[in-house]
Amino acid sequence: MSSIPSSVVDADSECLIGGASEAFLRRRAFWNRVAAWLLFAAAAASVLVTIGIVYVLIRDSIPFFEQVPLSEFLTDTQWTPVFKNAHFGVMTLVSATLTVAGIALAVAIPAGLGLAIFLSEYANPKLREAVKPFLELLEGVPTVVYGFFALLFLTPMLQTVIPGLSGFNLLAPGLVMGIMILPYTASVSEDAMRSVPMGLREAGYALGFSRFRVAAQVVIPAALSGITAAFILGMSRAVGETMVVAIAAGQNPNFGFNPLEGAATITAYIVQMAMGDLPHGSIAYQSVFAAGLVLFLITLLFNLIGFYLRRRFREVY
Amino acid sequence: MATSSLANAQIESARIVAVNRRADLLMASIGILVLAIATLLLASVFVGLLASGWDRLINPDFYTHFPSRHPQQAGIISAIVGSSLVMLVTAVIAIPLGVAAGLYLEEYAPKNWLTDLIEINVSNLAGVPSIIYGLLALGLFVYAFSLGETILTAGLTLALLILPVIIVATREAVRSIPLELREAAYGLGADKWQVVRMYVLPAARPGIFTGVIVGLARAIGEAAPLITIGALTFIAFLPSPPVQATPPFVNFDWLTSPFTAMPIQLFNWVSRPQAEFHVNAAATGVVLMVMTLAMNALAIYVRLRLRRLHR
Amino acid sequence: MQNPTKTRVKLLMNEMTSSQHTSGAMRQQQDVQPEPTSAPVLRAEARNLDFWYGATHILKSVSMAVVDCKVTAIIGPSGCGKSTLLRCFNRMHDLYPGNRYSGEIQLYPEDRNLIEMDPGMVRLRIGMVFQKPNPFSKSIFENVAAGLRVRGVADKRILYERVEQALSGAALWDEVKDRLHDSAYGLSGGQQQRLCIARALAPQPDILLLDEPTSALDPIATAKIEDLLTVLRNTVTVIIVTHNMQQAARISDFTAYMHLGKLVEYGVTEKVFTTPQSPMTNDYITGRFG
Repeated sequence: MSSIPSSVVDADSECLIGGASEAFLRRRAFWNRVAAWLLFAAAAASVLVTIGIVYVLIRDSIPFFEQVPLSEFLTDTQWTPVFKNAHFGVMTLVSATLTVAGIALAVAIPAGLGLAIFLSEYANPKLREAVKPFLELLEGVPTVVYGFFALLFLTPMLQTVIPGLSGFNLLAPGLVMGIMILPYTASVSEDAMRSVPMGLREAGYALGFSRFRVAAQVVIPAALSGITAAFILGMSRAVGETMVVAIAAGQNPNFGFNPLEGAATITAYIVQMAMGDLPHGSIAYQSVFAAGLVLFLITLLFNLIGFYLRRRFREVY
Repeated sequence: MATSSLANAQIESARIVAVNRRADLLMASIGILVLAIATLLLASVFVGLLASGWDRLINPDFYTHFPSRHPQQAGIISAIVGSSLVMLVTAVIAIPLGVAAGLYLEEYAPKNWLTDLIEINVSNLAGVPSIIYGLLALGLFVYAFSLGETILTAGLTLALLILPVIIVATREAVRSIPLELREAAYGLGADKWQVVRMYVLPAARPGIFTGVIVGLARAIGEAAPLITIGALTFIAFLPSPPVQATPPFVNFDWLTSPFTAMPIQLFNWVSRPQAEFHVNAAATGVVLMVMTLAMNALAIYVRLRLRRLHR
Repeated sequence: MQNPTKTRVKLLMNEMTSSQHTSGAMRQQQDVQPEPTSAPVLRAEARNLDFWYGATHILKSVSMAVVDCKVTAIIGPSGCGKSTLLRCFNRMHDLYPGNRYSGEIQLYPEDRNLIEMDPGMVRLRIGMVFQKPNPFSKSIFENVAAGLRVRGVADKRILYERVEQALSGAALWDEVKDRLHDSAYGLSGGQQQRLCIARALAPQPDILLLDEPTSALDPIATAKIEDLLTVLRNTVTVIIVTHNMQQAARISDFTAYMHLGKLVEYGVTEKVFTTPQSPMTNDYITGRFG
């Protein structure tokens, strides 16, 4: 601020502007600029992570798709990358992945929706305040622990009810995964329901609606896109979940949707390959990245739909 | 005529009230049932692990021994040390990066396409499966950067994984700071960085702390990305310690050391056919669960106290 | 250049001092020759100031002079733009998007338009006290020292000296001198507001802006703040926004009456209240409207 005429400057010869020395102000302005740039750099770095992911997945998938035609990749129903007569039908892995995720959703949708309605429309604030942290605790349990539980507790338990159930199967990890995504789906849909304006509810009550009717005919339709977003994002989590299936679903790539048999999901396959000593640059190594690319695209699709619905929902309220 | 229609109406409304009451009762019991099942599940997971792993848990050797071919002698010392060192790297990288990015998005970012891009990117990163971060690390850190299957690689990978958690927590914490505080600070003549550094950041500290703890709790239980980068499971030595008695007192050799971590150790043991190893796995599961639950509980406690303070 | 409002202001000032206009004079000169009838020295002067938030035209061609070491009150019905005008003086609006100024606020003695200056530099020279007491969640001492720290003062001795000076100036020193390092939130609402005044005074601002400083306080705390303002009179240049006409009458030397974004009347407080020029002002001060 050298343009300030000297008349402002204090009598005691030290150049002061509003009580601050000019040297200090110069230093302050310098750090102000530096900080702004550093913070921007940090935020921009997060974009580099995405770029890195896309780069790695594509770079290592390209040599794979040079050897395996896309049509075979998408239509073959066998996945035997390390066999002499190697097959690369990714739908084998996708079918198991979707089966597990489907079972998880079959648990999480009714349970999550019921819990969300209960918390948002029925529970008093005190109970709600107590339950939400509990859900967070449930969300914090490491997934390896859930995998252990699915393999060594739940499967034996289910086997007493369903005699034909294999030791490795898709049912137990699916059920456990449903419980795993329950806290997330319940709390996101509860947020959506609670952001429905009170006025809409009051309109329902004024017509003589019961709570249930208000929930079913007023709140849920109004919050539908938010609730859908919750379950799509939950589905995305189930598809990408790794340790539960790697431990409890087995590692046999079987095409099909039978929940009683074991089958390798995309994530389980990646873990299985990573455990062995993969020669860098081999087709098996590259197949891991091709499978990863498919996984990334599926979850990206779900995430984008979920974010879109959520954003649209937020714009309404 | 008029009286009978009135009576009918009364009967009808009584019927509706009864139906309504039944529906409400049903909904409330569904909610409570789901809660009860979830509680029961959490309890049974924990108690089940505790019961299966009890013998190893009460044995001090379990915490001081290296993994072994003999299940009764196997311990988790290398996993504990490995997990701790990996967390150290993760925290050192993820906290400054995440807090800085969160501050930028909340305090600095202008409204333009670049900001939109960064925001969409962060929310998308939060939904990328953890194993994809493992592939990123395998393709980039392990091979392209030749960092190998080391503590540094693992710490970096998990740091990227929890970055969105810390960014989102920072943004929420910063957003909840009242306008008056900023106005008071600006009114004193503070410039932006002074306001952020001297007022916004200290006020947001508890909220950021909560996010950091939740993020680290997630990272410490995460196995998939570490397996993907090729973490070993049989580590019968400890990395060189980060501090030493002779100058320069700190030592960074441990960064390039191979490692194992608790979730990987658990996965290894649970994947073995012998039931004796499952006991070790259960015991490791208890340790891991206690750690993550304690961290999450701490985060919840801090947030609840914070909320009470704000009221 | 010479618009009617400005001429009127000058006339009114002449009535008060019957002397010549000396804007641009140096402050020290005044200190050296403290004549009781010395000329009014201007600290700042709004000239044809317009202000918009987005598409809303809030201030309409406001011209107002701020006299050195005097208290200038801005009154008017709610929504008239009085707070908006006040917040133009330290460019508080610049914190939010959609603000647009036109016209000027000259800052004296250097005669520069503060609308064209860096907002941070403006705020270094013009302090502000807000409607609700807003101390930082720090100790009493650190609250008062905050403005000094922002200006790079780190010397403990200087800090203590200035903090004591500011707290005494805000008539709070005796009440808090034994608990300087306790949290500021332990103080009562009135004490907190005086703390905020001390915080604003500590860096010795050219002008002190007060935005309805007593609206959140009880009558006793209000009286204390008014006493304090009476003491500050003649040592600090103050602009105060108030919805309380009696308060304006009690504590100010000059009063500006605003209505619908326009400055309707401005002059020596006594005159504004006894013989208002505008019928609108008359209606307002007699309570017929507002």
